[in-house]
Amino acid sequence: MVAGGEGTTRLVELLTVRGEDLGADWADRVSRSLGGRVSRSEVQRELGELYTALLTALQTGSLDAHGEAFGEVRALLSELSRSRARQGFTPSETALSLFSLKEVLEPVLTGEDGGDVRAYLAFTKLVDDLGLFTIEAYSRTREELIGAQAEQLLELSTPVVKLWDGVIGVPLVGTLDSARTMVVMEKMLQALVDTGSEQAVIDITGVPAVDTEVAQHLLKTVVAARLMGAECTISGIRPQIAQTIVALGIDFGDIVTKATLADALRHALRASGVTFTRPGGSAGAR
Amino acid sequence: MLAIAANDGVVRARQVARTLAQQCRLSLVEQTKLVTAASELARNTLVYGGGGTMTASLVDERGRRGVRLVFADQGPGIPDVDLALTDGWTSGSGMGLGLSGSKRLVDDFVLESAPGRGTTVTITKWGR
Ligand SMILES: Nc1ncnc2c1ncn2[C@@H]1O[C@H](COP(=O)(O)OP(=O)(O)OP(=O)(O)O)[C@@H](O)[C@H]1O
Ligand SMILES: [Mg+2]
Repeated sequence: MVAGGEGTTRLVELLTVRGEDLGADWADRVSRSLGGRVSRSEVQRELGELYTALLTALQTGSLDAHGEAFGEVRALLSELSRSRARQGFTPSETALSLFSLKEVLEPVLTGEDGGDVRAYLAFTKLVDDLGLFTIEAYSRTREELIGAQAEQLLELSTPVVKLWDGVIGVPLVGTLDSARTMVVMEKMLQALVDTGSEQAVIDITGVPAVDTEVAQHLLKTVVAARLMGAECTISGIRPQIAQTIVALGIDFGDIVTKATLADALRHALRASGVTFTRPGGSAGAR
Repeated sequence: MLAIAANDGVVRARQVARTLAQQCRLSLVEQTKLVTAASELARNTLVYGGGGTMTASLVDERGRRGVRLVFADQGPGIPDVDLALTDGWTSGSGMGLGLSGSKRLVDDFVLESAPGRGTTVTITKWGR
């Protein structure tokens, strides 16, 4: 907690007397630093509100950025940080909006007595604290964004497609961690119900490595499907994956595995009673 | 040196192993084996060692080039190394194939561990 008193009185004086000029100067600097990606009038509006809130807070005599008096200021800064983070501005660009307020105040300091210097020093400390608050609010927003994107990606990268009547396909791309497995399993089981399918093909052509964790996840998924009366085939086992699985010692038991998606589809269709005939009428293998 | 403190450390360990394996011109099969072993050992470091590090390097010995990965943690250590290296033995809910399988996936495998003093596993895969 920083003691206020005479320091804030002088600050309020400085910021009020030439308030309009300072506000305009501040908006100029900020909109320049943002390279015109936010309109001048938008910047003016944001900073105008902030300027007023800042003055109001200072008038209480407080210089504590985290104190009650600055509640409104912090709310406005949070909002500003959120919108900057969403628009893709960097943390520096965001914090600079606040830091440039120091430069704005510099020319109006008279320096005739020590009062201005003390007031200015107290002010920079306050602006620094508020700047840090801004950066924290900014990173919180970014983390939320990243979290949301990761979740979207999870959904996006696990489509379930209908391959044939009664046969669905689950092409897996990338690593299969626990979170992904949950999503894959849920989507696949739901699709089995929705489409009334009894065959599913899980294709792992796009999975770069199958270790014990991935294998365990695959096995669990197959078991869950079986409990619902559906059969799973695993396809897309490339030579390097096959050799690695053997060396690791993983046993897929009685689960049917195939090299290609085409092989797996043929197997699934046969299992669901589809017969193949060659063109020309001669009966094909059953 | 790479920190393995969370799941993304395991992912990074795989990526580093893949990059070095390619630099060493390992075949696709050998690359995949090394990456898989790295995945197993990194996860053990995280799950049982409570986190640790992977140190990766290219090594030259007697005219051969290879990739060396060292996984180290300061965790509880492994009381019975022979048991831990038995196929199918797990103290958790795994398949119990990570350690023994990794040993088969690489050319050199050295496990050093003592109760209370952590675990270090050094693996090397040689190019031709
Ligand atoms: N770094 C370590 N620190 C302490 N204990 C370990 C460590 N690595 C392995 N262990 C012990 O050795 C056992 C066998 O390890 P291993 O990796 O073979 O199997 P797992 O991790 O249990 O299952 P998975 O097949 O999924 O890897 C583990 O269950 C654990 O008790
Ligand atoms: Mg393991």
